[in-house]
Amino acid sequence: MRLLLLLLLVLALPARAEQVVLGLSKEIVQISTDFDGSDILIFGAIKREAPIQEEPLQVIVAVAGPQQPVTVWRKARRFGIWVNAHAVEVDAAPSFYAIATSAPWAQVITETEDLRHKVSIPRAIRSVGAPMDVPDAQSFTEAVIRIRTDEGTYQLLEDTVTVREQTLFDTAISMPANLTEGSYPTRIFLTRGGRVISSYETEIEVRKVGLERWLYSLSRQQPFIYGLMSLFIAIAAGWGASTAFRILRSQ
Amino acid sequence: MQIYLPIAEVSVNVFVLLGLGGLVGILSGMFGVGGGFLMTPLLFFIGVPPAVAVATGANQIVASSVSGLMAHLKRRTVDLRMGTVLLIGGLIGAALGVVLFNYLKSLGQVDLLINLCYVVFLGIIGALMFVESLNALRKSRRGVPPKRKKHNWVHALPIKMRFRTSGLYISVIPPIMVGLSVGVLAAIMGVGGGFIMVPAMIYLLNMPTKVVIGTSLFQIIFVTGFTTVMHATTNYTVDVVLAVLLLIGGVLGAQAGTAIGMRLKAEQLRILLAGLVLLVCGKLALDLLLTPSELYVLSPAGSH
Repeated sequence: MRLLLLLLLVLALPARAEQVVLGLSKEIVQISTDFDGSDILIFGAIKREAPIQEEPLQVIVAVAGPQQPVTVWRKARRFGIWVNAHAVEVDAAPSFYAIATSAPWAQVITETEDLRHKVSIPRAIRSVGAPMDVPDAQSFTEAVIRIRTDEGTYQLLEDTVTVREQTLFDTAISMPANLTEGSYPTRIFLTRGGRVISSYETEIEVRKVGLERWLYSLSRQQPFIYGLMSLFIAIAAGWGASTAFRILRSQ
Repeated sequence: MQIYLPIAEVSVNVFVLLGLGGLVGILSGMFGVGGGFLMTPLLFFIGVPPAVAVATGANQIVASSVSGLMAHLKRRTVDLRMGTVLLIGGLIGAALGVVLFNYLKSLGQVDLLINLCYVVFLGIIGALMFVESLNALRKSRRGVPPKRKKHNWVHALPIKMRFRTSGLYISVIPPIMVGLSVGVLAAIMGVGGGFIMVPAMIYLLNMPTKVVIGTSLFQIIFVTGFTTVMHATTNYTVDVVLAVLLLIGGVLGAQAGTAIGMRLKAEQLRILLAGLVLLVCGKLALDLLLTPSELYVLSPAGSH
């Protein structure tokens, strides 16, 4: 139904070049107490002036979490036990990154275009200076990708964007439960023959709400009061439990 | 039913947390220990970040210790004077422990420190307790009455003080040192330190067994309480939602555990506890010794 409406909307508009008209099932992801991950439906249409070309149009959807610096440690055996031995600071790695494409990766974008627009997962991570004593800094960046892919926070979803009549597209991105707060830049690329012909950018807002929001802010802004509150709850619970059980037993 | 923990920033199953609290509660009721030494590694296992597990563990121990102390106060089996002396050492130790914790966190070695502490202390205590209770079991079968050593080097130290409830006249230096080391451990390992405190009080300070647990609980409440506030203000790692869920399970479990404990003999209980301690120790030691499947570890920068 939504897709149909969009189609009508697009047909009604005076078309120029090929451009994206986008819809999101939700623009704000709220982390409440019962938050258990979230599926976001991303759908849109392509408005154009010229007739549809022979070569098929491909769509890439990339959702990124806030960029954060990460320290990557490599373990080594020292005195018989495994300890963190070498560290490389990765300047900026998104806390979450999901790419959905409408065809296998090699068919949707060329290496040069990927480099220019920083679409693929390795391109989205920025790492500059590695310390001199670490010769293989590349393996540290690879470790970030490997670990986060295993966790489900980095996802490459090939062939999951459905494109209809080279005009309508939709996909679903599932965001895991361990999300960090912040704004999630969402980019859509239209490609033809591996070249990017148009792109569109918007943001998905992820934030804690209600009790989660309140506790989190309290713990950062008033840590002392938060600590005392935790302590008070613990003492009250311990005292309450022992009193309750004593009354229960004496009956 | 999943619940999102606001500080740990992970989503976990409520029933897993309640069950975990309950299981540790049963053990703590059976053996008279806080159970922190089991709780913290189990929290690592379900994916709670180590720093959060340690700080929240300390908070949860406050609750279970208060519950236990109430019963002991009623029976007048708490040596408040000895508790206060232990506490002075304990608070200094806890402050030192949090400083050490933050320093090693900045070096990226805090996980190693926590694991090493667990392996070393659980190993020593588990082995000692196992041998001791095995001997006690053998002796009680033969019908030889247990003998307590009355004098050792502890009695030669200066600054003596009289502890009436314990019936002791000893120097304050050993209790302060015991309190200090337990305080450091409480901050680093997220444990109350009962498993170190109790044997130290019995064998080192020669306190009568009946006042040991109550007195240990008394000082643990203050040390872990202090540790909670220290971790909350310096690391922001106390997760109150996690703590509440664990302690609901914990208080219920503790009641069941006490009932089970009354049916078993003291020596048998101690052997079981020793076996459990050695098991946890062995698991953690293997993690340090075997080649890990993932050689790389990610940690948020800024702590670097």
